[in-house]
Amino acid sequence: MTTRTVELSLATPGLDPDGRPTRIPLGLGHEPDVDLGDFGAEHMIVNIGPQHPATHGVLRLVVELEGEIVKRVIPHIGYLHSGFEKLGEYRHYNQIIPLTDRTDYLSPMANNVALALAAEKLMGIEVTPRCRVLRVIACEMSRIISHLVWLGTTGIDLGAFTPFLWSFQEREEIYNLQEAWTGARLTTSLTRVGGMMADIPEGWEEGLRSFCRTFPKTLREVDTMFTRNAIWIGRTQDVGVIPADEAINWSLSGPMLRASGVPYDVRKDRPYLDYESYDFDVPIGEHGDIYDRYRVRLEEMFQSTRILEQALDRLEPGPINVEDPRVILPPKHRAMSDMEAMIYHFKQVMEGVPAPEGDAYLGVENPKGELGYYFVSDGTAKPVRWRIRPPAFINLSILPSLCEGVLLSDVIAINASVDIVMGEVDR
Amino acid sequence: MIADAVGGTVEALRSAFGDAILQDTVSCGDTVVFVDPGKAHAILQWLRDTPGQDFNYLTDLTAVEYRDPERPLEVVYQLRSLERRVDLRLKIQLVATADRLSVATVTDLWQGADWLEREVFDMFGIHFEGHPDLRRILMWETYAEGHPLRKSFPLRGQFSRAEQVRQALAANPEAHYSMEELSLAEALHELPVDMQERLAKGERGEVE
Repeated sequence: MTTRTVELSLATPGLDPDGRPTRIPLGLGHEPDVDLGDFGAEHMIVNIGPQHPATHGVLRLVVELEGEIVKRVIPHIGYLHSGFEKLGEYRHYNQIIPLTDRTDYLSPMANNVALALAAEKLMGIEVTPRCRVLRVIACEMSRIISHLVWLGTTGIDLGAFTPFLWSFQEREEIYNLQEAWTGARLTTSLTRVGGMMADIPEGWEEGLRSFCRTFPKTLREVDTMFTRNAIWIGRTQDVGVIPADEAINWSLSGPMLRASGVPYDVRKDRPYLDYESYDFDVPIGEHGDIYDRYRVRLEEMFQSTRILEQALDRLEPGPINVEDPRVILPPKHRAMSDMEAMIYHFKQVMEGVPAPEGDAYLGVENPKGELGYYFVSDGTAKPVRWRIRPPAFINLSILPSLCEGVLLSDVIAINASVDIVMGEVDR
Repeated sequence: MIADAVGGTVEALRSAFGDAILQDTVSCGDTVVFVDPGKAHAILQWLRDTPGQDFNYLTDLTAVEYRDPERPLEVVYQLRSLERRVDLRLKIQLVATADRLSVATVTDLWQGADWLEREVFDMFGIHFEGHPDLRRILMWETYAEGHPLRKSFPLRGQFSRAEQVRQALAANPEAHYSMEELSLAEALHELPVDMQERLAKGERGEVE
């Protein structure tokens, strides 16, 4: 049995008689009560982005203002559109993996894992136990670095610089591990259909273990800096509130959905990679505001550390690839000396691995939300259609309605709380 | 077995809608139902609102065009019931050669469909009737090369590289704002007359 944390205990300064934290709404969040007459009746357009640090990439927002109050936000996206889905239709399944590095480039390893899982679902391949554990490690490492970027940049957006340095220093630790494992810091291309590109190098576990020991200390420091900080609370509580039913109606996923109190985590509810056998809690928010999204993401990092420790404990020696010469490339020395291996090598490189006719959708819990890959195959080695269900794109679509009637400065806070990555929004 | 995967939804659909349910299959463990395009909106609403079905979450909305030109285009709805933890894929088939590809919008059922439908319109040219704001979303407003994810669209684009460069260089950098944005700020009439005319024609990316 696994447990689910249903409520967060929100440790804010000042509790009401029921022991619930008092909410301190400093943001306006609604129309002013005073009738201002014609004052400020002329609307002004302010253009934010696409080259603006607070838009977290190349997002462009055209904001219609009445004084300081936002009447309307028109987002413009597509500046980073690369046509990945179209490119995927011209590539073998394994050749698509480098494209996934470049969509959500803050968590490339998790995207690699998702793509391999979706292709394996389509082809009916069952991977080895060691491969499953390694993939869990890759997913949770990605969750930590992605949330760290979110934490640091959101802190900067709201005027807190120090946690940015702390979180990027910790992120560097993971990047070093990622580099030691895959040879790349960003474009990891870690998985292959039916296995992994590489096993972890010797002594690598020790590095991750020591990270798991030291990382919670930094998180607790961030916790003390933010969670009870009056400025942080004032900028985040009761700002950008999404009720649970709206979060569902807008197809939000990940921390955006859970902060609104909807207990849905793909790892718990549609488990993959044996997630059901790991002991971890899923933090669920209550108010659906920026503050709850912050609490959810902070807690998820603690929980990811727990999962990483358990995964390291159950890492047994064994093969990382399935034993199927039609799917997995033979080792290079055998391809050069053994006729049969050479033929398999040639066929895989030249023709690719054909997938049976059909279609398969597989969603995984990525740091940003539910990343889904939908493959349609006509029986050839290249997909007819490769669809990315982009969590950041769908989460961002609620922004215009969320920003109506708030202060301009809250637009920056709300946009930061969505946790977008433009590589994935634009694809 | 098919019914078990989604708890009898397929049977319930057949008894509620009869002939409008064209076909149902299981692909890689996912239940897929093909429905009549005209009835799709009613069926989706029924799936969302009927107690016991509760498909209240639109996971994804996309379209598929096959390499075989004979095969129809598909609009694909990935539905999920958050309470029952089950998924259902609903498909509508459209004749790929039709002059105007159109289906009814589901933005009235799921607001999350807003950008998803705009993306399908942008990439496939499928019109979602009743969508409040059906514009291109990833490509720019005046993009003139067509709909990139159609199979008839070459990987490198419809226009030659020289033409693409020519258009990029000729693009009017003053046209940063759409007509809509300028009119909402009442700034349009303050622009010089010739610029108003150029904006109205949609100078960015227009071909002779």
